[in-house]
Order: sequence, then C-alpha cells, then structure tokens
Amino acid sequence: MKKKLFSLLLTATMAVGALAGCGQATSGGKSTSSSSSSSSSASSSASKGGSGKSVTIGFSQVGAESDWRTASTKSMKGTLSSKNGYTMIFDDAQQKQENQIKALRNFIQQDVDYIALDPVTESGWDTVLKEAKDAGIPVIIVDRMVKVSDDSLYTAWVGSDFKAEGNKACEWLKQYADKKGIKQSDINIVDIQGTIGASAQIGRTEGLNDAVKANGWNLVAQQTGEFTQAKGQEVMESILKSGKKINVVYCENDNEAFGAIDALEAAGKKVGSDIKNGEIMVMSFDSTNAGLTDVKNGKIALDTECNPLYGPRVDEMIKKLEAGQKVPHLQYIDEAMFAKDNTIPTVTAKNAKGEDTKYDVTVVTDDVIKGRSY
Amino acid sequence: MKKAKLSKTGFLLLITIVMFAVMYIAGMIIFQDKGFAKPQMFLNLFISNAGLIVIACGLTIVMITGGIDISVGSVTALVCMSAADVMENKGMSAVFALFLALIIGLAFGVVQGYLVTYLKIQPFIITLAGMFFGRGLTAVISTKMISIKNKMFLAWANEKMYLPFGYTNRHGVLVHAYIYPTVVIALVVVVLIQIMLKFSKFGRALFAIGGNEQSAVLMGLNVKSTKMKAYVLDGFLAGLGGFLFCLNSCAGFVEQAKGLEMDAISAAVIGGTLLSGGVGTVVGTLFGVLITGTIQSLITTQGTLSSWWVRIVLSIMLCFFIVLQAIIGGAGLKKKDKGKEKTAKATT
Repeated sequence: MKKKLFSLLLTATMAVGALAGCGQATSGGKSTSSSSSSSSSASSSASKGGSGKSVTIGFSQVGAESDWRTASTKSMKGTLSSKNGYTMIFDDAQQKQENQIKALRNFIQQDVDYIALDPVTESGWDTVLKEAKDAGIPVIIVDRMVKVSDDSLYTAWVGSDFKAEGNKACEWLKQYADKKGIKQSDINIVDIQGTIGASAQIGRTEGLNDAVKANGWNLVAQQTGEFTQAKGQEVMESILKSGKKINVVYCENDNEAFGAIDALEAAGKKVGSDIKNGEIMVMSFDSTNAGLTDVKNGKIALDTECNPLYGPRVDEMIKKLEAGQKVPHLQYIDEAMFAKDNTIPTVTAKNAKGEDTKYDVTVVTDDVIKGRSY
Repeated sequence: MKKAKLSKTGFLLLITIVMFAVMYIAGMIIFQDKGFAKPQMFLNLFISNAGLIVIACGLTIVMITGGIDISVGSVTALVCMSAADVMENKGMSAVFALFLALIIGLAFGVVQGYLVTYLKIQPFIITLAGMFFGRGLTAVISTKMISIKNKMFLAWANEKMYLPFGYTNRHGVLVHAYIYPTVVIALVVVVLIQIMLKFSKFGRALFAIGGNEQSAVLMGLNVKSTKMKAYVLDGFLAGLGGFLFCLNSCAGFVEQAKGLEMDAISAAVIGGTLLSGGVGTVVGTLFGVLITGTIQSLITTQGTLSSWWVRIVLSIMLCFFIVLQAIIGGAGLKKKDKGKEKTAKATT
C-alpha cells in the first residue's frame, strides 16, 4: 500500500514536472510572441490607415540540410524582420511535406498577411493552397516550384533559372575555347549530374546537352553524383579508370566539384584551365564560399551562382502587393558567374523564356569570398 | 484481477486526456491572439492527422497482443505511390486506387501476420523486412514524384464539409469551420475499433493474449487465429490510413511518410498502450496523435522556436509515459505475485 502511494506520488510530481517543462517552453515563447503579436495587432488596425504597418508573414522552409539552405533562411529572416516592418513566423519542415501542410494550415488560422513557401516537394499542394486562397492569403513560392492543377492558387513564384545557368556556363566554355584557340571538337566533356529529377539537375543537364549538340563537343560520360562530394569523387574515379580522354568536367554543384577535384588530383592529373597543356578544367554551380575559394585558387574555372538570397526579392514583391500593384506570376532571381580572371567578361545566353540575355562574369577576389556567408 | 486491469487502462487514458486538455487550453490562453482558440485550429489536428490516426489504431491492436508493426510508414508510401501511379500513368479510377490501397495493406497484414503467428518469428524483424520491402517497392514503381490530378480523387480530397459554427474574421464575416471526409472516416474507425476491443469476443481475446499468451491458450482461446486476425486488421488499417494520408498529400514519392511508424508507435504509447501488451485503447491512441499534433501546432504558432523542439518535447512525453507505465505495470506484477503466493498457500 505504501509503495503504491509512493509510486502515485512520484508520477504526480513527474506530471507536474513535465507540465512545468512544457509551460516553460511555451511561456518562454509567450513573452516574445505577445509583444510581437501586440505590435502586429496594433499595426493591423493601423494598416487600414495606409503606410508604416507591420506585415505578418508565415514562412515554411524545407529544412536546414545544406549551407545553401541555411543562407536562404537567413536571408529571409534577415530581410523580413521586425526592423523592416515584418513579423515572421518561421517553420522548419525537416524535409517533410506533411509538416509543411500542417504549418501552412497553422499560418492560415493565425490569419497571416502572406505565406511564403519553399516546398519540399513539387506536388501535393492543391488542397492546402486552396485553403489559403479561400482565406484570402496570398502565397509566394520561393526556390522550388509547385505543380498544381490551377496556377492561380499561388500569387507568385521566384526562383532560379536552372536552364539559364546551364546555358550561360556552356556559352562561357565555348567562348573560352575560342579565345584560347582550342577547337570546339577537341573538347571532351564529362557531366557529373545532380540528383536525377531535381529541377537543378534537369536545367543544368539540358543546358549542357544543347551546347554539346550545337558546338560539336564530345560528351564522354554522363553520370549522377547526387549532389554530394563522396559520390562526385566516386564517379570521377570510375571515369578516370575507364581511360577515356577528357579535358573538361562539368559538375552540377560545388560538392561534386570538390569530389571530382580530389579524384583528379589523386590520379595525378593537373586541375586548371590550361586545357591545351593537359590540364583538366572543372566547372561548377552554386558558388558557395568554399566553391569560390577554389575558383580563386584556380581549381574551378567557372562557378555559376545559384542565389539563395530570396529575402530582398520577397520583400520587394510584398511591398508591391501591399501597394495594390500586380507582380509577375513567375520571376527569376538574379544570378552571377564567377571566374578567376576576366578572359571572358560577359556572355550572352538564352534564359528559360528563350530570350537572349547578357550575363557578366565576376572575377573572384578576397572581398567576394569574404562577403559570402554560405 | 480484471478490475485492476480496467483501472490501469482507465488511469493511463485519463492521464493522456488530461494532458491533452491542459496543453490545448494553455495554448488557447497563451496564443489566443494567434488564432489558437479558433475551432478550425482544433479541427486541423484531425484534418492533418487523419491518416496517422487510422494507422495508429491498427498499430494499437497489434501492440495490445504484445506485437509491433514498423512497416506502416513504408506501406503508406507504397499505397500513395501505387495510387498515384495507377491513376496518373495507368488511367485507372480513384475507386480502383482505393481498392488497391486496401489490398496492399491486407497483403502486408496477411504475410506478416502469417510469419509472426505460424512461424513464430519476432514481429519486429518481420515488419522491419516489410518496411524495407515496402520502401524498396515504392522506389521501383517510380523514383520520381507523381502528383495526382485525377478529378475524382481531387474531388474527394477537396470536399470541404462545413460545420454550423466558426469564427468571425477581422472583416466581420463568419467563416465556417470545416473538415474533410477523411476526418469522418478516421473517427468512425476509432469508434468501431473501440467498440470491437471492448465488447467483442475477438477484442477480449486480444487483451487476453497480450496479458499472458500461455494463459490465453489454457483458457481455450484460439491464439493463433486471433493474432493472425490482429495483423490482418492492422494491415488493412495501414492501407486505409495510407490512402487517407494520400488524400492529404495528393502525391506519391519515395521519401513519403518516412518515420511515420515511429509517430504511430509514440502516439499509441502516449495514449496508454503498453509495449508489453495487454493494455491499450484506441481512444487513448487518438489522444496520443492529438497531443503530438498539439505540440507541433504550439511550436509553429510560437513562430520563433526551432521546430526541432517538437521532437524534444515529444521525447520527454514518451519518457514520462513509459516510466508511468513501468510503475503501474510493476505494481500490477507485484499484485499478481502476491495473488500467486496466496493461491499457493491455499493449495498446500
């Protein structure tokens, strides 16, 4: 009997403890949330008055799987901050679509002014986006695209033009070869692809395939490195073992490029842009801090940027929407190109809409690398 | 003995419900201005978790027999993928997809149940194999994501059922609260299974087996067929739950529902189901799912906390309930021993 009483007492204290734990977590949030929400409610009453209001935005992010993603989150949080008149409700979906659907439903109930969504998956958004539309909340899709039956379910999309990334990188290579007096038919290129099916992989591979056809390059091998360093290295090793002649490696992201460079150097090859004298050129995408460092060291000849800094773009869009202006349904984010020197200062290539666009090539300096947080 | 067990179940259930109520009411007070007090916020718990509720109910049944099934997440992915594939690539109807989903679930249930029951293999290992198999098969069907555009399916998925209450928004318009048909199905499943567990012969046999398999045999129960039925029912519910999950996500892809089995197990445990078997209710499991959903909802609403806190709070909850169960289970065991002693004395 005594024992039973004791155990009951123990559970009771534990229950209290656990509840206190929860209480702490939520009450800790309370102080910040109540202050922010009071400011938002105050501002929403002021909002009818016109300018100078605080806009509540719910942002559902994919996760925090890479430096690139973290930079994207930071940019959104930094720009859409209370300093700039926003109240942001942030949710990390931990790579799960069902979490994002839940978060979106939560945002709708919180009556946010805008929803920003970087979707984990392309499909499966019809139902919840319809709920948002019914509630009259504009949805801005960033980075990855959504496939829905009705495009009016989201207000706008802003993201990378992967096809243009591939096009301009290839155009750079073509011009570079011309300038250095290398015959286009002497270019033996290896494509280490990204994860098959990812939109970045599709766009960048398409860009290369088009250029191979147009310029008469030899596509020696085309294999997936799954956007990882380990796989990039493995693929490069196996291609080197096959003994085929190569002089350009086209890696579809920086991590693959790091792996490929390791493999090339381990095999005793020289990595650089002097193709004529037997060096092997590595091209890459993303332009992370480490990637740009390799550009400066001459290991990566050209790094085409994939810009994660969506914050300013979304900010601009919301300001337009707030002012009652229309925004384009699909928008591409500006993306630079980085090289060691200005052999080729600008290239003209087609963007996803098929329009010829001029792109500048930026020379990597220490300042450029320092300014890159991811 | 029977009375003690009942109170044990009742006590665990009570704690779960009280915990849920406390958490939710606290949320309503703290986040009142952030929409937490809206009826729709509460209904969203059901809307977003309808599939999980049904799957966790199935899992509760096998856990009551002392078994486990960790294949349910993969079954869900397989169901979503096959449903998406037959509708989008093979031109089949949504009704066919639903039948296919149920058949997949049943097939898993029958095979796993047979191996566990008649070949006496550990359920953990069998369902682990089932988990790999399901995920693998999903990838074989397609590694690409398939989004479902079938008209009938989307009509099912988007059919809002408005309720006669709601909240008044800032423009002064009454917005009716709504649910989807998936919620109705999930709740019907909970009620039916609860009635079955409580009042049917099969239901009582499940508890008897989970409490002590040997005694169940001695009592003349057909242990094998009961266990088999439990796994088949669990498989069926995994298929149905998977389809409800699919109605929520409208897509099929390999990574879907990863870790769902663990969500279902933790919901059952929080709901008062003993891992060792013999104790559990699906009503408790329902509240277990709701508690998980509430934690997630609270943290999303708060807006600045990392969403990984969901896992941390959930782990604390799990520990709490497991310790609670151990204490209660331990108390029960002591009593049993004493009872044995008494009978031993009486016979001598």
